[in-house]
Amino acid sequence: MKLPKEAIVERAFQLSTIVSGSITFLIFSFMFYMALPLIREGKIFQILTSTWSPLDDVYGILPMIITTFAISFLSVLIAFPISIGCSSFINEIGPKQLNRYLKKIVQVMTGIPTVIYGFVGIFLLVPIVREFSGKGSGMSVITAALMLSVLISPTMILFFNDSFERVPASYLNAAEGLGASRVQKLIYVIFPNAKKGIIIGLILAFGRALGDTLIALMIAGNSTQIPGSLFDSARTLTAHIALVIAADYESLEFKSIFASGMVLYLFTAGIVIVVRHFAFGEKNTR
Amino acid sequence: MVKTILSIKEELMKKVWILFVFISLCLVFWGLSISFAQSLDTFKGEKGSVKISGGTAHIPVMKEAARIIMTANPDIQITIAGGGSGVGIKQVGEGLVDIGNTGRKPTDDEIKRYNLKLFLWAIDGVALIVNPKNKVRSLSKNQVIDIFSGRIDNWKALGGEDRKINLYTRDEASGTREVFWEKALAKGAIAEKANVVVSNGAMKSAISQDPYAIGYVSVGHIDKTVEVITFEGVTPAIDTVKSGQYSIARGLFSNTKGEPTPLTKKFLDFLYTAEGQKIIAKNGFIPVK
Repeated sequence: MKLPKEAIVERAFQLSTIVSGSITFLIFSFMFYMALPLIREGKIFQILTSTWSPLDDVYGILPMIITTFAISFLSVLIAFPISIGCSSFINEIGPKQLNRYLKKIVQVMTGIPTVIYGFVGIFLLVPIVREFSGKGSGMSVITAALMLSVLISPTMILFFNDSFERVPASYLNAAEGLGASRVQKLIYVIFPNAKKGIIIGLILAFGRALGDTLIALMIAGNSTQIPGSLFDSARTLTAHIALVIAADYESLEFKSIFASGMVLYLFTAGIVIVVRHFAFGEKNTR
Repeated sequence: MVKTILSIKEELMKKVWILFVFISLCLVFWGLSISFAQSLDTFKGEKGSVKISGGTAHIPVMKEAARIIMTANPDIQITIAGGGSGVGIKQVGEGLVDIGNTGRKPTDDEIKRYNLKLFLWAIDGVALIVNPKNKVRSLSKNQVIDIFSGRIDNWKALGGEDRKINLYTRDEASGTREVFWEKALAKGAIAEKANVVVSNGAMKSAISQDPYAIGYVSVGHIDKTVEVITFEGVTPAIDTVKSGQYSIARGLFSNTKGEPTPLTKKFLDFLYTAEGQKIIAKNGFIPVK
């Protein structure tokens, strides 16, 4: 027997689920609709495969696609070992007293707005990279990747922490009883059992790196070339959208942002689906 | 006993001083209010808000005018946002703001599409700037074209250090970029490797941070943190822009959709009063009557 009140609440939750779920699809269909003229005229292929040269009336986003992938992969590559190390320290290796504070600091870090990271990047990181590399302006792929890795590590660390904590204490006690050291416990007990959490943390962090606009806009330099080295200035898809959104509605350069949006959307969705499938598939076979 | 008398005396002196400072401050404000009284009279009894966005070159003048008007009449709210000329036209055209600023004349198509009414209130130069650490101070038009197209890519070729030139340009929607591209680069190519920044302010801070940089800003944004380049033998300054000797110049426009609302009209009119013109000139622009 369900109370009428309960039924109302259930309906309300159902409705909000449907709304938030359908918004995802609505956004995609909106972008698809806006990009339709490009697809119909066959320009979409040109946009996806050529570079940005307004003088020739060619508004390709290939350099931005390459830069987006380069910067987000790099930042995850940098942030992953740091985050794993940090979580291991907080959960297993470090002294308990200190760990409490470390955890608080990480929590605070997740809440810092990205514009502040960008700002710090301009005044601290950019001059360092410029002098270190000895060429370029210091606004480059590596600068943005480094700053982004600082942005995404707290998210990763918190996720890893949670999954480490969920490893049953009995497993750890058993390992300890067999004479395992702390590091051995981490490698043979915690990591394998927390694998799913680690993978989900990675997806989320990657998504954040991929979707972040301000850091790349502020310190990656925004040039429209295909970056040839880590120290080259480059523009991400998100920064490209932010830079071109003010252009004339009717212009082809404005329409290129719908292609950018679709690429971002499809790529993020693709990564999530593939990695989730991989993670859940693992669970089902067990 | 003596001590207390002394301390009382000291306290009295302190009070006298505070009173003196207070009175002199009052006098200063009174004087200010008199000097602005005439131009600000029209705002008496007005209420409401004016929303402004668009060209970033306009911001220093808009801010100062807004501050003075809002101090005189706290019932008026004036908000100022940047975004670039393209944003200005788009937002005023869609009725999101009351005034859309542009650092170029809106195209005929834009004027027709949005029924824009143009207010030209200043002439502005666009100056090439470098970091103060850079020794290069003078460039010809051909050199500038070669630098921005990437044909000259080392400061050594121009008498500077043996370092690569870091190019800075503005985004697609910038009026400053459009004028610079038309008048300094003769519509030539801008190298793909050029860094892109989103406002005059961001350009200035980028150049002031980077010793090997070259970029361009509205003359109104120049300060001690950057060094101005003499272009074709002419230094960008108020008198050279005014006389037409310095060629990279443009009008600063404020645009409204159709006829402006009464308060918006009063704000725009303020820019043409003696006080408004003083503010415009103080910021390095040439006021237009």
